[in-house]
Amino acid sequence: MARIGVFICHCGENISATVDVVKVAEVASKMQGVAFSTEYKYMCSAPGQDKIVQAIKEHKLTGIVVAACSPRMHESTFRKATAEGGINPYLCEMANIREHCSWVHERSEETTEKAIDIVRTLVAKVRRNAPLFPIKVPVTKTALVIGGGIAGIQAALDIANAGHKVIMVEKQPSIGGHMSQLSETFPTLDCSQCILTPRMVEVSQHPNITLHTYAEVESVSGFIGNFEVKIKMKAKSVDHVKCTGCGECWQKCPSKKIPDEFNAGLSNRTAIYTPFPQAVPNKPVIDRANCTWFTKGGKCGICQKVCKAEAIDYTIQDTFIDVKVGAIVTATGFDLKHTDFFPEYGYGEFKDVIDGMQFERLASASGPTAGVIRRPSDGKVPEKIVFIACAGSRDKAKGIEYCSKICCMYTAKHAMLYKHKNHDGKAYVFYMDIRAAGKGYDEFVRRAIEDDHVEYIRGRVSKVYEHNGKLIVKGVDTLLNSTPVDIEADMVVLATAIVANKDAESVAQKMHISYDKHHFFAEAHPKLKPVETNTAGIMLAGACQSAKDIPESVSQASASASKAIALFSNNEMSREPSVAAVNNTNCTGCLLCQDVCPYLAIEKEEIKDRAGNVLRYAAKVNSGLCQGCGTCVAMCRNKSIDLQGFSNEQMLGEVMSLLNKPF
Amino acid sequence: MKIGYYPGCSLEGTSKEYSDSLFAVAEKCGITLETINDWNCCGASAAHTLNHDLAIALPARSIALAEKQGLTEIVIPCAACYSRLSQSQLEMNSHFVTKSKIESYLEMSFSGTIKLLSVIEFLEKYIFPEVDKHVVNKLNQKTACYYGCLLVRPKEISSIKRSEDPIEMEEVMKIAGAIPVKWAFKTECCGAGFSVSKTDFVAKLSGKILENAAENGAESIIVACPMCHMNLDMRRPNIKEQIKKDINIPVLFITQALGLSMGISADKLGLNKHFVPTDTAVKCVIKKEA
Repeated sequence: MARIGVFICHCGENISATVDVVKVAEVASKMQGVAFSTEYKYMCSAPGQDKIVQAIKEHKLTGIVVAACSPRMHESTFRKATAEGGINPYLCEMANIREHCSWVHERSEETTEKAIDIVRTLVAKVRRNAPLFPIKVPVTKTALVIGGGIAGIQAALDIANAGHKVIMVEKQPSIGGHMSQLSETFPTLDCSQCILTPRMVEVSQHPNITLHTYAEVESVSGFIGNFEVKIKMKAKSVDHVKCTGCGECWQKCPSKKIPDEFNAGLSNRTAIYTPFPQAVPNKPVIDRANCTWFTKGGKCGICQKVCKAEAIDYTIQDTFIDVKVGAIVTATGFDLKHTDFFPEYGYGEFKDVIDGMQFERLASASGPTAGVIRRPSDGKVPEKIVFIACAGSRDKAKGIEYCSKICCMYTAKHAMLYKHKNHDGKAYVFYMDIRAAGKGYDEFVRRAIEDDHVEYIRGRVSKVYEHNGKLIVKGVDTLLNSTPVDIEADMVVLATAIVANKDAESVAQKMHISYDKHHFFAEAHPKLKPVETNTAGIMLAGACQSAKDIPESVSQASASASKAIALFSNNEMSREPSVAAVNNTNCTGCLLCQDVCPYLAIEKEEIKDRAGNVLRYAAKVNSGLCQGCGTCVAMCRNKSIDLQGFSNEQMLGEVMSLLNKPF
Repeated sequence: MKIGYYPGCSLEGTSKEYSDSLFAVAEKCGITLETINDWNCCGASAAHTLNHDLAIALPARSIALAEKQGLTEIVIPCAACYSRLSQSQLEMNSHFVTKSKIESYLEMSFSGTIKLLSVIEFLEKYIFPEVDKHVVNKLNQKTACYYGCLLVRPKEISSIKRSEDPIEMEEVMKIAGAIPVKWAFKTECCGAGFSVSKTDFVAKLSGKILENAAENGAESIIVACPMCHMNLDMRRPNIKEQIKKDINIPVLFITQALGLSMGISADKLGLNKHFVPTDTAVKCVIKKEA
């Protein structure tokens, strides 16, 4: 005989303002199997939880229904309280009368009726709940870090320094990411390479870190603590064990006209190349799409001839390795919109309209102009330079409603760097408003305006066009009664929007993590789980989640690392038991369930007699692999397989209770 | 083939030559344009700044009349009319409440299924397939295609793909054997409706457009909007005063330029109706090599 306790939460006024909670509690007390019913202002608070503990003891309850918010919010809270009261935590269920009822309806009798119906279904379910026990699974204490930018580097070093193994996968020939391309960093103007390259070296030399560059994650299966990852090692065409990194090959390579990604297209590189002199590993790869040997069927071969270490091998193929990891940190970074995205600024056709990353390379001592800011068209030092903030960002018409967050700061930095190198030059910044909320950030922007005399104009630029060798920037000064401003500039720098990587969607699908409409990866909860994803064991770090600057990326990376380290602090972990289970006395062994299981969690089991003779076969669920999707349950012809916690009987009980039919 | 036609006030008045040349080109390609009976003002510039319902209802009436007449496609050569009719149809089709209110004002039903064509869409859809047969001449000169503001926006309505730097008119002009120039002021504002109330202002804006076209070597300017045409063509004395320069580049409607390439006479195309003489453009026309 069930003795169920029902607890109605007011959620402050979130529920009680629209639902008559006293009435719900009163009606609930008369439902079949209910032995106790009450309401309280905040069920999730300590006194609220205590009510559950006490009621279980006083009323000898066998099941609990908490009518409050979504189970995603507080199911674990109330299950813990239920366990404290002395009964199996899985005998507790939540009736969602907030998101599903009070938040979406006006106060009325019907709203209260709906809340009562919701409670009734859950009471009917709990009457059929069975005690369940968490599944124990072992933890593989190795982390996979995808992406070798500053976020990935930080996460990898943190995890490795805590004594755990790390595998880092980077798709480029070198780690370092976008940060390695930057000139100087705000708000301190310290050189990006000077602070980054030591950390890159640390990654390559750390005994706990295995680094795979020029590699990509091919597939991810398994689950928290037990992921199986296939990594594609792209053919480098160079044996990095033999290679000494002497550089003879790329100096002699005749294909010299390939746009250099590291210099944002402002210079050219060879087909066999290391991306930059401080690359880690500092050994080349052959870009096969642009190498004469590969595009013209075996012609050339110069690099092989000049290599004294005999490291060049054109026959190397892509290979795949399988690794087992317990946690994954996704730090795959971002991309920038390029100038060709902006029709009003010339569709990328004007050479001296450049994006922020190109300016970084022009200002960088390691860049194509050795740090002298020269315009790309004729190499002249610009006398007048215009920076346009929010190029694409916060622009609904361009499909990018969000703020790219870092542009206000780097634009101030760019203008400052220009002024420091060209004291007589004029720098203008067109902006919508200045978002400089970090530590020391606003002071930095004020420095640009007040000390370096950068002219900030509040307004948008409607058009840039070429005229007599100048770029005419047509803007408006909205602080001066919307006066049109025309500036004859020598160079224009667009602070273009930060966007997700082109392959972000396919990466997310491989990882089974969610992403937003802009293809940025989605965190599990915007406030309370900002570094976790909806897939347990997979964490996010850096700009793959949203636009971030270096300090923020590093903080998030360390947070992700701490989640991985916490997971690795136990030898085994427990999983929710909502998985499928087979009644093998009824199972006929048809194994239709095996065919439909997307997680390959169903095996064939031999049913033997005492003498060990195989009598017949039945299905068996590997509870480590099962994700509880229920597809097998729908497939089973004679109801021999059921989902624990969501059994057919429980579901039908809920439905029948809504129809007020006995079941 | 029969296509519906909404003239609007300009094409029956100040831009008679736009209408004449459109009809001439259509006729050449075997297309009959059927005017909507009892059509009314689209409400341009005035209505939508005064009364939202009126701004929707005026064009909706003409569209409803066209539906009644059994038309399935209408060409609306005036860019302002095209913008108003499209905007009205868009709102009628997307807001049920607005639709029933306007229908009750009009005492007519509105199905919203008619395809509204700008002059560019009309040329692309009905004239392009015929051009090989009919284009006999080359308009052998450099032209600046000027779109103005209304043809290119808003993007929910406009068929133009690159709204800030469109290329559709250039495609038409290439077919007509002209050499479209690259220039920066394709979509700049000509001053439009301020032509009467703030002529100096319009002269300044239109002057900049002419200047940029001239600097980029244009020998003629091609337009698809009566308002743009009027400001660029009729306001030359005021423009001269503003920019202190005498610019004599003629301004042709896109249908006039296309008509010349089809061997239609300058008079029939209304090329004698302009303020700035168009003979420099007419003289450039040469026979197309076979």
